[in-house]
Amino acid sequence: MTPEDFKKIGETHRKKRDGFDYTINVCTAAACVSLQSDKVKDELTRQVKEQDKKDVCRISGTGCLGLCASGPLVTINNDQALYGGVKPEDAAEIVKNIDKKPVKRLQIPADMPFFARQTKIALEHCGKTDPEVIGDYLALEGYEALYNCLTTMEPVEVIDIMVKSGLRGRGGGGYPVGLKWSTVHKAVGAKKFVICNADEGDPGAFMDRSMLESDPHSIIEGMAIAGYAVGASHGYVYIRGEYPLAIKRLKAAIRQAERQGFLGKNICETPFSFDVEIRLGAGAFVCGEETALIASIEGRRGTPRPRPPYPAQYGIWGHPTLINNVETFANISPIVRKGADYYASIGTERSKGTKVFALAGSINNTGLIEVPMGITLREIVYDIGGGILGGKKFKAVQTGGPSGGCIPEEYLDMKVDYESLAQVGSIMGSGGMIVMDETSCMVDVAKYFMDFCQSESCGKCAPCRVGTAQMYNLLNLISQGKATMHDMELLEELCDVVRNTSLCGLGQTAANPVLSTIRFFRDEYLAHINDKKCLAGVCVIEHKEEPVL
Amino acid sequence: MNDAASKDKRRKLVDATMRRFGHSQYALIETLHTVQEAYGFLDDDNLKYVAEELRVPLSKIFGVATFYHFFTLKPQGEHTAVLCTGTACYIRGVPGILSAIKKNFSVDAGETTEDNRLSLLTARCIGSCGLAPAIVLDGEIAGQVTPEIVVDRIGRMIQNDT
Amino acid sequence: MSSSVKIKTLTIDERQVGAREDQTILEVARENGIRIPTLCYLKGLSPYGGCRMCIVEIAGSPKLLPSCMTTVEEGMVVSTQTERIKKYRRSLLELYFSERNHVCSVCATNGYCELQSMAQEVEMTHVHFPYMYPHLEVDATHERFVLDHNRCISCTRCVRVCEEVEGAHTLDIKDRGIDVRIITDLDQPWGESETCTQCGKCVHVCPTGALIERGKSVGEMSKRKQLLPYLTKMREAQK
Ligand SMILES: Cc1cc2nc3c(=O)[nH]c(=O)nc-3n(C[C@H](O)[C@H](O)[C@H](O)COP(=O)(O)O)c2cc1C
Ligand code: SF4
Ligand code: SF4
Ligand code: SF4
Ligand code: SF4
Ligand code: FES
Ligand code: FES
Ligand code: FES
Repeated sequence: MTPEDFKKIGETHRKKRDGFDYTINVCTAAACVSLQSDKVKDELTRQVKEQDKKDVCRISGTGCLGLCASGPLVTINNDQALYGGVKPEDAAEIVKNIDKKPVKRLQIPADMPFFARQTKIALEHCGKTDPEVIGDYLALEGYEALYNCLTTMEPVEVIDIMVKSGLRGRGGGGYPVGLKWSTVHKAVGAKKFVICNADEGDPGAFMDRSMLESDPHSIIEGMAIAGYAVGASHGYVYIRGEYPLAIKRLKAAIRQAERQGFLGKNICETPFSFDVEIRLGAGAFVCGEETALIASIEGRRGTPRPRPPYPAQYGIWGHPTLINNVETFANISPIVRKGADYYASIGTERSKGTKVFALAGSINNTGLIEVPMGITLREIVYDIGGGILGGKKFKAVQTGGPSGGCIPEEYLDMKVDYESLAQVGSIMGSGGMIVMDETSCMVDVAKYFMDFCQSESCGKCAPCRVGTAQMYNLLNLISQGKATMHDMELLEELCDVVRNTSLCGLGQTAANPVLSTIRFFRDEYLAHINDKKCLAGVCVIEHKEEPVL
Repeated sequence: MNDAASKDKRRKLVDATMRRFGHSQYALIETLHTVQEAYGFLDDDNLKYVAEELRVPLSKIFGVATFYHFFTLKPQGEHTAVLCTGTACYIRGVPGILSAIKKNFSVDAGETTEDNRLSLLTARCIGSCGLAPAIVLDGEIAGQVTPEIVVDRIGRMIQNDT
Repeated sequence: MSSSVKIKTLTIDERQVGAREDQTILEVARENGIRIPTLCYLKGLSPYGGCRMCIVEIAGSPKLLPSCMTTVEEGMVVSTQTERIKKYRRSLLELYFSERNHVCSVCATNGYCELQSMAQEVEMTHVHFPYMYPHLEVDATHERFVLDHNRCISCTRCVRVCEEVEGAHTLDIKDRGIDVRIITDLDQPWGESETCTQCGKCVHVCPTGALIERGKSVGEMSKRKQLLPYLTKMREAQK
C-alpha cells in the first residue's frame, strides 16, 4: 500500500463520517455493556429508521467515555450533548430531539470538571471512534505514525524520540521506555520479540481493559513501531482470560490491520514485517511479572526466575524480548505524531506526560481518567472524582494495588508522580486508584491485600510462600482482636524479611500495604490490639466474657 | 446429536488448537483453554489425551492445570455465580454478599451445591469497578448489588428451570 | 573449553578471585573454598533460585541476589557473610521450620538432613514465628520409597533430577503459594505411577526426610550424596 492509498482510506472514512449531520455514539465498553448499552444502541438504530432520519443521523458504537458509573453513556457529535443513564425507552426522545434542544433530563454537562481537568493522550480516541472499525482509526491519523517511522526514520531515531519524550513504563515499575528499547535494539539475536503486557493484575483496576476495548488499533500500532525500533518481527499480547470483550475486539483489530497491510509482511511496502498473536492468561496475578509471563507464554507454570538476565537480553525462548504495558504502547503513536517535546512539556521534572487511572471506591465519579503527571490527589478526588460518595469523610487513597499503599488525608496536596508516591510508601502502580472513606478499616484493608498476595504467591521461594501466609495469619489475629503487641512486632519483622529476600516483585512489595497502613494508621492497629476495638466497625471482634465461677 | 458425536466434535476443537501450534509443547496452555471451553472443565481423560498429543509429561500438565485459577478440574453446576472480590467491590460490601450467598444456598466459594444447581466462584476483578459491587450471574453482569438483591436473583436463576 | 571465554576478576569476602565469565558467584566461591549456604542448588541440576539461602550482598546494589544464579562481573565486590545476610538466612530457615512439621527426633533422616545441619550452620536456635502445623499426608504406596509431605521444603531437587537426569518426569509440583505439593503423574499415588522407573535418584538428592527408602526408621536414612556427581561426571565423559 502506498501512502496515497492509505491516506485515501482515511479520507473516505472521514467523508463517510462527515456526510452526516449527527453522529450518535453509544459507549459499548464493558461497564456500559453490563448496563445494557447494546440494547440502547439497537433501539436508537431502530428509532433513526422509524423517524426517517437515516440520511442525517449515524449511530456508532464507541469506547469508554470515562464516566462509567453514570452509564450507559451516549454522545451526540462528540460534544454537542452527553447523556447518562440512558435506557432503551429513552431512544425515541433522543432521536426526536437530535436537531433541537438536548434532552435535559438525561444530560450530563460536558464542561463538568470530570472532563475539563483531564488531558487525553493515551485515551485520545476513547469514546470518539468505533473500536471495531479500522476506518474510524484511520480517519483520526491512525497508523500514520507507523508509516512515518517506517519510511522516514531509522530505528535509532524512533528510539531517540522515546528517550526525549521522557516516557516511562506504565505497568508499574516506571522504567524509562527509551532506555529499554535501546537495550533490546542493541541486544544480539537473530530473532527478537515484543510483548504487550495486558495481564492487568491489580484487582480494582481496569485501564488496560478499557484501552483494549476502546482503541485496540493504537496498541497494535504502538507495538509495530516498537518492533521496528528494536528489530523484532513478532509480537504477543498476553491478555487476561477474564476479558472476553477486549479479546474479541483485539482479535478483530488484528485481522483488520493484517488485511490493510499494517501487520504482516512488508508493512506499507517497506522491508519491515511484523505480526501480532494473542495469548490468554489463565488467572494468575504473578504472570504480570515479566519472567513469569514469558514462562506462561512458553506453556509452563507461571513462576518467575531471578533477574538478571533481563528479558531484554534473554526473553522468550532465550531471545531478546521487549515487554511493555498496554498504556505504554498506547502512548507511542501519539508521541511520534505530536513530537517528543510536546509530550515532555506535560508533567513534572522526572515524570513526564500523563497517566491513566481507574478511579473507584467511595467516590462519586467512578471511571477512567487521564491526567497530567504532577496533578494533586486532591484535584483527582474532589474535582475530577466529585468528592466522597454520600458526603462521607475521606480516609485514604490506595494506589498500586497489592504492591502499593494507602495515602492519608495529610498528603492530599501531594503531586502525583513516581517519586512522590514512593516517598509516602506507595507506588504509582499500573493506575488503580481506590478511594476509601471512614467506613473502611485499614487493618482490614491490609488483611485484604495480604490475603490476595498469599493466594497469588507462586510458591517458588520460601519468604513469599511462607511469609505472606504468616503475615496473613497475624493480620487475621489482629483484626479479630486476638493479637498482642508481640504479634505486631513479628508482623513488622516479617515485612522486612519478605521484602528483602523474596525472588520477585510480588514478594518484594507484598508488605507495602501493611507497612503504609502501620505508618499512617497505627492507631487503628493499636485499637484492635489493646482496646479490642475496630474504629471503623468493620472487623468482627468477639468479646469473651470472663468465666463466672 | 448423540453423545459420541458431540464428544467427537469437542475433540476436534481441541485437535484444531494443537494443530494451530504445530503440536508444540508451547501450545499446552492454549490447548487447556480450548478443553475447558469445550468440556466445561479439565477431566483426566482429556489431560491424558493432551499430554500424549503434545508429548508433555503427565505431572507437568497437572502442575500447569492447577497453577492457573482459571482452570477447573471439577465439573461446574448448572448455574454459576461469579462474585467479584476485587478491591473496589470489597470495600463496597462484598464480604456481606458472600456470607449471604453462603448462608442461603449452603455453598462455599469455589464449590458447587450438593444438588449441582449452583457453582459459586470468585474473581479478582471483572473490570466493572465503576459499578461495584458486581456479580456475574450465568454470564450476565449485575452491578451495584446488595446482599438482598443477590440472594433474590440467584434464587430466581436456579428456580427458573423447574 | 574454548579459548574465547573471558576471565573476570572479582572480590568475594575481601579475597580477589578469578573466574570464567559464564560462572556464577556460587561456583567461584566454592572453587575458592568460600562456603555459601544452599538448599535448592545442586551441582548437576539446573539452578532454581527458590530457597534464597544463597543470597549475597553486592556492593552498589540495594537488592540481595541469589549467588547460585548470578553470573560474575568484572570488579564485582561480593559479601557472603554480613550480619544482615546472616540474620535473613536465620529468618528464612525459621520460616521453613514453621511451614510444615519437622520433628527430628522421629525422623528417618535425623542426623543426615541438610535442613537440620543448615540450622546449625546459620545458628538458628529457635523458631519464633508461629508454627503452622498443616495436616499433610504421607504417600507410602510405592514399594520402595516414601514421600512425606510434612518434611518437604519444596526445593524441587527431586523434580529436576527426575526430569533432567532420569528423564522420567514422574514428579512435578502442583497448586501454588502455601498449597504447593510434590506430585507424581496426575496427582495419583506414587505406587500407581506408570512412569516411575524406581531409580531412586529423587530420594538421594532430597535434602530432607521428605523422600526416604521404605522401612528406614529414625536416623537410618543417609543419602548417597555422591550419586549425582558421579552420574554427571560419567555423562560428561560420554559426550
Ligand atoms: C507481581 C507483578 C505483577 C505485575 N503485573 C503487571 C501487570 O498486570 N501489567 C503490567 O503491565 N505490568 C505488570 N508488572 C510489571 C511487569 O513486570 C513489567 O515491569 C511491565 O510489564 C513492563 O512494562 P512497562 O515498562 O511498560 O511498564 C507486574 C510486576 C510484578 C512483579
Ligand atoms: S516472590 Fe512470591 S511470587 Fe515471586 S517467585 Fe517468590 S513465591 Fe513466587
Ligand atoms: S526433615 Fe530434617 S529437619 Fe525435618 S524433621 Fe527430618 S531431620 Fe528434622
Ligand atoms: S524413583 Fe526415579 S523415576 Fe521414580 S520418581 Fe524418583 S527420580 Fe523419578
Ligand atoms: S521432596 Fe525433597 S527434594 Fe523434593 S521438593 Fe521436597 S524437599 Fe525438595
Ligand atoms: S464503559 Fe461506558 S463510560 Fe466507561
Ligand atoms: S473490583 Fe470488582 S469489578 Fe473491579
Ligand atoms: S541455592 Fe540459590 S536460591 Fe537456593
